[in-house]
Amino acid sequence: MGTDENLKLLPLDDMHRAAGARFGGFAGWSMPITYPLGVMKEHLHTREKAGLFDISHMKLFDVSGSGAGDLLSHACPLGAGSLQHGQSKYTFFLNEQAGILDDLIVTRLGEEHFIVVANAGNAAGDEAHLRNLAKNFDCKIDALDHAFLAIQGPQAADVVRDAGIAGTELAFMNGFAPKPGWFMSRSGYTGEDGFEIGLPSGEARELATRLLADERVAWIGLAARDSLRLEAGLCLHGQDINPDIDPVDAGLAWAISKPVREKAVFIGARALLDKIAAGPGRKRVGLKPDGRQPVRSDSVLVDVDGNSIGLVTSGGFGPSAGHPVAMGYVGKHFAAVGTLIFAEVRGNRIQMHIHPLPFTPHRYHKG
Amino acid sequence: MAVTYFTEDHEWVRVEDGIATVGITDHAQDQLGDLVFVQLPDVGQSLSKGDAAVVVESVKAASDVYAPLDGEVTEVNDATASDPALVNSSATGDGWLWKMKLSDTDQLAGLLDEAGYKAIIG
Repeated sequence: MGTDENLKLLPLDDMHRAAGARFGGFAGWSMPITYPLGVMKEHLHTREKAGLFDISHMKLFDVSGSGAGDLLSHACPLGAGSLQHGQSKYTFFLNEQAGILDDLIVTRLGEEHFIVVANAGNAAGDEAHLRNLAKNFDCKIDALDHAFLAIQGPQAADVVRDAGIAGTELAFMNGFAPKPGWFMSRSGYTGEDGFEIGLPSGEARELATRLLADERVAWIGLAARDSLRLEAGLCLHGQDINPDIDPVDAGLAWAISKPVREKAVFIGARALLDKIAAGPGRKRVGLKPDGRQPVRSDSVLVDVDGNSIGLVTSGGFGPSAGHPVAMGYVGKHFAAVGTLIFAEVRGNRIQMHIHPLPFTPHRYHKG
Repeated sequence: MAVTYFTEDHEWVRVEDGIATVGITDHAQDQLGDLVFVQLPDVGQSLSKGDAAVVVESVKAASDVYAPLDGEVTEVNDATASDPALVNSSATGDGWLWKMKLSDTDQLAGLLDEAGYKAIIG
């Protein structure tokens, strides 16, 4: 595995090989899927201590210039100019139908300076989209070729502090540039407190080595990253959200503030406002199988009479929850917590109930 | 005396007095990763070689375990259903999956010996 010559290698690929990782392809990258600890222990380690993730497959765009804020407020349903310096915000690129092209984190580093973090699978499309829109704004876009590391877990802040790295004074969803070429934010995608650090590849090796020297820290692979984010009820673009799903159905309209809706200068505004007025047609929900059998993505959901009512978009086992976990979409009349539904799995009907999201409580450092 | 055979699908088959005990190899459990669900066949169920007899699910994916031979299920290891991690910790011992009475012991000639299996997994 991981020898496919068409896959891109992470800057720290050799470190992962030395750590005994198993590799698999994801979004065009050869990614460490598990380490010798195994997905279950990697997941639990992150919830108990601190997990180190190589997320260099994700893309950082540096957007600067007098028109940078206006560009991002047009490209995303975001009031970029209203962000505090250092404030991060979860947002999207939408199409004209308000379908989600990608979900993003935008951080305002300075008056005219923003960092956009995008998903690996959409990086090329995002860059073309952003550059095309930027023609009408006075700004500069740099697609950074950085390494990107995430440290996540209840002991992440102590580890970072003990490693002598500045930034632990940040509250969740805030970021800054600790040194030239670095970007650090208190954020992550596991439901835990933690940090994401983008930096030149040459410096990433030293940082990773320093963090791993702390016995509280272990490398965590993509398999556990997926089970962690699923337990945390966080969407994976390409599975739980995609260009045919809008933020209203996805239950993500909270990310679009009232002033942004009123100004309505973003792409997809008309469709989104119509959708908000009409209400969701389907809803993204948590799903808990009653038994031990996991229900995977693309399983069809049916009601007690066998009528198709939706689809599972992510599913697996939740090591912290201690039971199978899933999420998906159901017709709005089936979305109430506790509703009995069924998933069709290899010819059998698996009984499950609508469950609140997240499955494990978020433990962000709100400051 | 019991003789142990292997399949290209990463199962081991221990045969004694016409009864085969079947499990997955240590290599297979290592590749699958942490198991979270095991669905066993019914005692009395007739299996033909190649039938999906057991489903094992890891955190990430579901896999079938195929019947290596024709026969009838005589016993299943319920301990693996209540504690799937047993298959990871003892794939070739306490983590056995089912026993079956063979209907055609001539089929054993089509299985691999340990050296043959080791050659496959390299």
